Amino acid sequence: MIRFHNVSKTINQVQVIKGLDLQIREGELFVLIGPSGCGKTTTMKMINRLVEPSSGTIEINGEDISKKDPVQLRRNIGYVIQQIALFPHMTIGQNVSIVPKLKNVPSQECERRVDELLDLVGLDPKKFKDRYPSELSGGQQQRVGVIRAMAADPPIILMDEPFSALDPITREQLQDEFVRLQKAIKKTIVFVTHDMDEALKIADRICLMKDGSIVQIDKPAQLLQNPAGEFVIEFIGPKRLQKHLREYNTSQPPGEIGPLQTGTSKSGGVR
Amino acid sequence: MNTLMDVLRYMINDWENILTITGEHLYMSLSGVVLAAIAGVPTAVLMTRNQKLAVSVQAVVNMIQTIPNLALLLIVMIFFGLGYTTAIIALICYSLLPIIQNTYTGLQNVDPHLIEAGKGMGMTPMQLLVKVKIPLALPVMMAGFRVATVICIGVATIATFVGAGGLGQLIFRGILSTDDVKILAGSIPAACLAVGVDFLLKWVEKRSGFYLHKVRNE
Repeated sequence: MIRFHNVSKTINQVQVIKGLDLQIREGELFVLIGPSGCGKTTTMKMINRLVEPSSGTIEINGEDISKKDPVQLRRNIGYVIQQIALFPHMTIGQNVSIVPKLKNVPSQECERRVDELLDLVGLDPKKFKDRYPSELSGGQQQRVGVIRAMAADPPIILMDEPFSALDPITREQLQDEFVRLQKAIKKTIVFVTHDMDEALKIADRICLMKDGSIVQIDKPAQLLQNPAGEFVIEFIGPKRLQKHLREYNTSQPPGEIGPLQTGTSKSGGVR
Repeated sequence: MNTLMDVLRYMINDWENILTITGEHLYMSLSGVVLAAIAGVPTAVLMTRNQKLAVSVQAVVNMIQTIPNLALLLIVMIFFGLGYTTAIIALICYSLLPIIQNTYTGLQNVDPHLIEAGKGMGMTPMQLLVKVKIPLALPVMMAGFRVATVICIGVATIATFVGAGGLGQLIFRGILSTDDVKILAGSIPAACLAVGVDFLLKWVEKRSGFYLHKVRNE
């Protein structure tokens, strides 16, 4: 479990994260979403200490991470970024086995793990293990990016808009695969995105942020049914809200949904 | 045409001597480059971590580069006397600029996302340098070594003035006695050496960036 206690971050006298309190449960796919500059990526990067909070504490399983060695901490947290960032001078096999090698896992074990993971995302190990990243398509590269983060079997994986640089069809494919994968591995995943469709599709819980504060944290269905205020409705988009509500309320005929309301949690403090 | 035949004849007759001085020439040049690399690469790594150091080191190596060859040789000679030491120190000075500049630029231009990915995966700063930054900067660094080597082979011809050997001996003996044959017999091997080493290092440079040229899409 990851817990944020009153975490703030100030960069150049601008407070980008404002007293964040947050709990991410074990084994859940937690999506951070919000407009650009809302602090979602900063929030995520504080978990593996790529960004240090200015005040407040972050705990993983009850341990304050600021007291841990950042290098050791990061080796136990998978990390996937939008730019994929496979090392171009290493083969796919070498890329995937970086973290296990850093943790001194015997090389035979690494090999086995690489084959297993490549199989998991549908890339034939014999064919792909010795290729270089430039020989793969974007979608294949990001599949490798995802399994690279899983290679050392970390309990937590951080993903920063991993699919947003891909074309729509590949993106859909990878999202579907990813949902399937998460059902099998049940990791704690913190997933940053700005794409509401993506969030609704994959999330166990969604955390909508704005200007460094949390606007609403809820399950996707709850978010759609009880959006906490104008900003949430605006961010989801009325059209999408209608469409998804129809899907969630299949018991009700579409005509009876009635006008959109700001729901019960009006006190959510928006605007 | 006649001169060329004479040069060829001279080189055949005196091949042992020419081979020796070519060896000396190469020894001086490579010593200069290797020693400059040993000093320059760590300096460049430190420069990427300290902006102030970067600015001052760049100013110094740029300044050194503007000192005329002969003047620099004589300045060094005042401190180290005649001989190979003086020549090699001067060659180190001339190698520093391309080596430091290219290593620094190469390291600075590594894609920051790759550095972030490495850091995020739990690499220590040293691992990040050895496993990510240096391999990725290698093609640019190699270009620096290549330029430095070619400069050294050129400058080494005047090392004869400070009592070091090399092909310069023959060339300047030729100049003093206005003997075209000797001048050419000295400068042709020097030119071949420069072109040959340049070619060889260009090949190494390309190999070090193998992944840049490898695109095989199906």
